[in-house]
Amino acid sequence: MAKVIVVTSGKGGVGKTTTSASFASGLALRGNKTVVIDFDVGLRNLDLIMGCERRVVFDIINVINGDAALSRALIKDKHCDNLYVLPASQTRDKDALSLEGVGRIIDELKETFDYIVCDSPAGIEHGAFSAMYFADEALVVTNPEVSSVRDSDRILGILAAKSKRAVDGQDPVKEHLLVTRYNPGRVAAGEMLSVEDIQEILRIPLLGVIPESESVLQASNSGTPAIHLDKSDVAEAYKDVVARFMGDGVPMRFITAEKMGLFKRLFGGR
Amino acid sequence: MFLGKPMTPDTPAFKIKNANLPLFVLHALTADMAQFKLQLDAHLAQAPDFFAAAPVALGLAAIAEADAIPDFTDLSAFMRQRGLAIAGVIGGSARQRQAAADCGLGLFPDARGARRHTASAPEPVPVAESPPAQEAVAAPAAAAPSRRPTLVVDKPVRTGQTVHAEGGDLVVLAIVNAGAELIADGDIHVYAPLRGRALAGARGDTSARIFAQCMEAELVSIAGYFQVFEDGIPASMRSKPVQVLLDGERVTLHPLAPMR
Repeated sequence: MAKVIVVTSGKGGVGKTTTSASFASGLALRGNKTVVIDFDVGLRNLDLIMGCERRVVFDIINVINGDAALSRALIKDKHCDNLYVLPASQTRDKDALSLEGVGRIIDELKETFDYIVCDSPAGIEHGAFSAMYFADEALVVTNPEVSSVRDSDRILGILAAKSKRAVDGQDPVKEHLLVTRYNPGRVAAGEMLSVEDIQEILRIPLLGVIPESESVLQASNSGTPAIHLDKSDVAEAYKDVVARFMGDGVPMRFITAEKMGLFKRLFGGR
Repeated sequence: MFLGKPMTPDTPAFKIKNANLPLFVLHALTADMAQFKLQLDAHLAQAPDFFAAAPVALGLAAIAEADAIPDFTDLSAFMRQRGLAIAGVIGGSARQRQAAADCGLGLFPDARGARRHTASAPEPVPVAESPPAQEAVAAPAAAAPSRRPTLVVDKPVRTGQTVHAEGGDLVVLAIVNAGAELIADGDIHVYAPLRGRALAGARGDTSARIFAQCMEAELVSIAGYFQVFEDGIPASMRSKPVQVLLDGERVTLHPLAPMR
């Protein structure tokens, strides 16, 4: 049975699209047929992060309006065989996302794919709502700062009250916490919330911690999902996240500050 | 004389709607009606517009045990002269309520029982100490419960969410996060950290209380009186079991410790 996973946060700029791209790629690398949908209509970004922006012809709004068949709008990823991207429209606005139309697309995708990853826009308005409505599971992406945690709390409330599963009285959406841009050194210095602080407020199971890293920016600019960056801690962290999601017992990493050796301290810890 | 268009028989001539209207309760603390009228007159002389022709309910709980029957007809006329309309009575013994009904007054169901009102009576009239059980025996009509069952919430109440327990108490067994709002017409109990807002006695019950196992609230309110914590909860009570109650017009916090 295909699973629909929404990547959401409430707050913007916390790493939803980066996570969607890497998480979907990770699922595909493990042999799952995966599609990732960009719900950020009007501010489409996923195609850039995935490096397929020059191949976008049709988008999700075209499919909803019946201008193009779903199969024509899907773009095959250049890094993984099992991964497809359904881009957002850049010229329309989010009101064009009808729930009925999104439901039809998701039902059709369920026939072919194992995992359907929905990259939610920021906010709690219609775009975010249509991204989460059909979800079976949710990755709640949170930065270690209070405003991000509060916005995630809001999103969790909406998931519990307004998602299709909640409205239909089915089992609730399964929630996963993903803390991104985590810097254990700054946590130790009291400048950032710790994973424990965040969990104390949100009280949902922790799926993983992605360390703060400059390589994420380089990956985004080059159109390569961060999970493909060989030997980087971000790629390792995302692979752990996917493994845990698939049920492997992988211990948490990147949550304690690395002790700096004398050499690193002398020459700068980069 | 009716000047409008004649109605057809099947056009509705009225409709019945449930409304929760604000209502003053005038609690009689003595069965001595001469004294009652004297003091009421003195009070109205100070603040003639206090009631402003609003209907009031006459609270009889404090004189229920005395079981003296006030002259309701005389009292209604006395109050009407002073711009007050008695809409009905609350509480009282069975005989008192019957007498009030005979004089054409309405009977309000006594949801919270006499205990709460007499407990806050300024002058300890003898009856004030009577246990509620006795009261129920004396006034079976007054004991008819009209309150709703307690609303129990066992999932986190998250920022932006509101839980409203209408006409009753609210019990929350999971965390209440900052930006969440609890509202109850009765009491509120939170057996987890309370970090959002809690508003008890939302329909004006000044005896409502808030009980929190881990007090970290942004705002607490009893019967419309509220308290914010700009500088945080006092350290002696922060993250500790606390009860919140209304002391006059002040919302006060008290550590929740065994009474004895």
